[in-house]
Amino acid sequence: MSAIITLSLLAILVLYLGLFKARRALLPVSLLGLVATVVLYGVQWGKTAEPLYSGMVLFDHFAVVFSVVCVILTILVLLLSKDYFDKSSPHVAEYYALLLFSLTGAVLVVSFHNLAMLFIGIEIMSVALYILAGIRKKDFASNEAALKYFLMGAYSTGFLLFGIALLYGASGSFDLAAIKEYVVSNPQGISPLFYAGILLLIVSLAFKLGAAPFHFWTPDVYDGSPILITIFMATVVKTAAIAGFLRLFYFCFIPLQDFWVPVLLVMTIITLFVGNLTAIVQQSVKRMLAYSSISHAGYLLFAIVAIGATSANSVLFYVTAYSLSTIIGFGSLILVKRATGSEHFEAFNGLAKKNPYLSLAIAIAMLSLAGIPLTAGFVGKFMMFSGVLADYQVLLVVLAVINAAMGIFYYFRVIVAMYFKPLDRDAIVVSGPYRVVFFLAALITLLLGVYPAWLTGLI
Amino acid sequence: MDNLFILLLIPVLGAIALAFVRQPRAAKQLALLVSLISVAATIPFLVNFVPDASMQFEQRFAWIPALGINFHIGIDGISLPLVLLTNGLIPLIILSAFSYEYKGGLYALVLFMQAGLLLVFTALDAFAFYVGWEVALIPIYFICALWGGENRIRVNIKFFIYTFFGSLLMLVAIIYLHVQVPSGDYELSSFYQLALDASTQRWIFWAFFIAFAIKMPIFPFHTWQPDTYTEAPTAGTMLLAAIMLKMGVYGLIRWLIPIAPLGVAAYGQLALVLCIIGVVYASIIAFKQNDAKRLIAYSSIGHVGLIGAGVFAWNVQGLQGAIIQMVNHGISVLGLFFVADILIRRLGTRDLAAMGGIAKSAPALAIMFLTIVMGAIGLPVTNGFVGEFLLLIGIYQYGIWYAVFGGLTIILAAVYLLRMYQKVMLGEPNAQTSGFADVSGTEWIVLAVVVVLVIGIGVYPKPLLGISEAAVTELINKVSLVK
Repeated sequence: MSAIITLSLLAILVLYLGLFKARRALLPVSLLGLVATVVLYGVQWGKTAEPLYSGMVLFDHFAVVFSVVCVILTILVLLLSKDYFDKSSPHVAEYYALLLFSLTGAVLVVSFHNLAMLFIGIEIMSVALYILAGIRKKDFASNEAALKYFLMGAYSTGFLLFGIALLYGASGSFDLAAIKEYVVSNPQGISPLFYAGILLLIVSLAFKLGAAPFHFWTPDVYDGSPILITIFMATVVKTAAIAGFLRLFYFCFIPLQDFWVPVLLVMTIITLFVGNLTAIVQQSVKRMLAYSSISHAGYLLFAIVAIGATSANSVLFYVTAYSLSTIIGFGSLILVKRATGSEHFEAFNGLAKKNPYLSLAIAIAMLSLAGIPLTAGFVGKFMMFSGVLADYQVLLVVLAVINAAMGIFYYFRVIVAMYFKPLDRDAIVVSGPYRVVFFLAALITLLLGVYPAWLTGLI
Repeated sequence: MDNLFILLLIPVLGAIALAFVRQPRAAKQLALLVSLISVAATIPFLVNFVPDASMQFEQRFAWIPALGINFHIGIDGISLPLVLLTNGLIPLIILSAFSYEYKGGLYALVLFMQAGLLLVFTALDAFAFYVGWEVALIPIYFICALWGGENRIRVNIKFFIYTFFGSLLMLVAIIYLHVQVPSGDYELSSFYQLALDASTQRWIFWAFFIAFAIKMPIFPFHTWQPDTYTEAPTAGTMLLAAIMLKMGVYGLIRWLIPIAPLGVAAYGQLALVLCIIGVVYASIIAFKQNDAKRLIAYSSIGHVGLIGAGVFAWNVQGLQGAIIQMVNHGISVLGLFFVADILIRRLGTRDLAAMGGIAKSAPALAIMFLTIVMGAIGLPVTNGFVGEFLLLIGIYQYGIWYAVFGGLTIILAAVYLLRMYQKVMLGEPNAQTSGFADVSGTEWIVLAVVVVLVIGIGVYPKPLLGISEAAVTELINKVSLVK
């Protein structure tokens, strides 16, 4: 609990730092605060968790682990932000404050124990992002991104609220334990309202996750927003969305599997194909990564289709692997765009000759996203496939395998451009924080790929 | 010193060190040194190996306990020849690259691939096997795509997606089998004990078979192979043809057939027919080739088709023949590609029509080339004879007509390889070939070693056959295929 308070206070503190023009202090204070939050979470670890504040939040292992993942990802994003924000706008403090607010929302989404808290968490997370997406006031694409994200997001919020209301109408409570009790105690007499509520929740959560057929905002918003905000959306927000999704369904809806699994199964398959097929034809790396993030949302949904005790660990591993690679992918795009002014695959041509270490990090990230062994991405996919096969969904896995092979096509285009297309270019200057982030992300990707046991049995 | 981990670690450490070497000269020497250390480290295994059917030098640690995955490796009579092949040929491949100025990167990838290959040949855990399978793929992709010919990018992405898709199907089968295992692990021995029903075994068969068939390749999964072999740099071609395709054959013997015997009983005949079709088909195409590398590439499809047929015949002679022929084919095809590399490097063309009369100015090359060709054809007193003889006996026991068509390899190989020899070495020299320099330096070493192996195994194959005999007999007795 102290972690959430710390986070909220930190965001307000950062806002005030901006008021007093303490620009240099912004980044160190934010980082320090986030590290402190991680430590506070660490203290929480291993204690028996009780629902707090009339059952609003529950800091069980699941919540702690995913919160820590969100916070660490934010730390990496903030490290990349040094001198990024300065170039975009004079109001730097807002960036930091809004990111931290959004993070607070994300942390609530992964630790809710009451549907009201889920709603509040998602709103805190999203409202900050609506602003962040459009923070480049003079940029047309950024404005478009913000408007699209806001309109679609408002709709999905409507679905979410309506779904929660229906669940409340049927079960008489917002509390997860009470809803679970309702589901378990009368297996025959579950009201149709309740089923409708589940469907509406699936819609709104799939929207936040960026899963088809509710993904249409993703490419435009990811493409139009400043890259750093895109990283945050593609990593932290996705992590929170899938963790919240899993938490709700794992807590409450397992007995009703026969009802909602077919729905999710169809969505998963559509998501995989939509993401991969459209990613293949993209010319811009940023859009390619945006579509690939849709296909990864599909793989993440595997854990919910095959919901069970191992789902949380699979999601944790997958989301960690995916986020680290995404940070490298989009992060390197910032550098390449700065140097060449382009986001196309051609902008990466010949990079390996001049920036061998940067290229190696990008190559590792792409291999991990493609799911090649000895990277974390492979173990993530492996765990997802294992979970689904244990449920005997052979068809789904075979379709997923076809998609994984398609993924090679576009991830390897980056590698091909960097290594095999010679071009005389100037070396890209990689500043210190970028080096640290890329090095850490690539190293963890490899370490988790070689010895996954560090993370596989955590929750 | 006979700890298997050491054998796997030497190339990995060597690869990491070599990645930072930018001086071509230093890279060559360090790579050769590492590969020779690997050879030296293999000797204790050869000496301490007991030629019975047991699994030896086993090593195991819990890799991902939460998922029941162990890093479990070991050697028996079936894997030892392939381990010897891998570690024996890598120094030759490195030596054969000495004529080029490569930085450490290429050698690092070669050694990294060596580690992957060794893991495939020693893995006793399906997860470890799969990891090795893919780890062998990534370096060869980079070797071919970084140092290959002009079409290398398009050709190699096809190669990669093709093989990656095949191996993903295998992954699905592996996970499915794991789900069935009561003890919840990925051990090979647990997979052997599963008695799955026939319909399950049938699709398991296809999932594994497609992965292995793409790798070998068996007709009609071979379409990636000629282009990839042709566009790859010579070191890459050698790795692909001499060692990597053996992963597929080994997979058939170690994984596919013992795990899904009922599937093999249902489709084994079809697979065998595909292998034989590949033999005839590739041999005929090879006959029409005027591109030296392409010709050898097609000859490789033909030879590996016969090996595959010998495996699917599933009897002691066929399997013994397959194992010794895997080694022989590795040696011969390495020799052939190296000669092709010498020719291409000096003449600047792959076209056989532009060659001729080289024997006059390069007698040493001519004699050694002839020996290697004889070995590839399978003339008595060369290594190829022993293997093909056993293979044909095995296939004959399965059915006489298969042996008749399979036997065409020997005749057809003689036709197209001798045609190649004649076009290259005999006849009148033309303007380019008249001053052809004979072999020198490292070329001598590589070719001499190959020639010694070709004749040595041909004259006295018993030690090599003795390694695998007990293990093969045991495996055949344990897994009987009901026809």
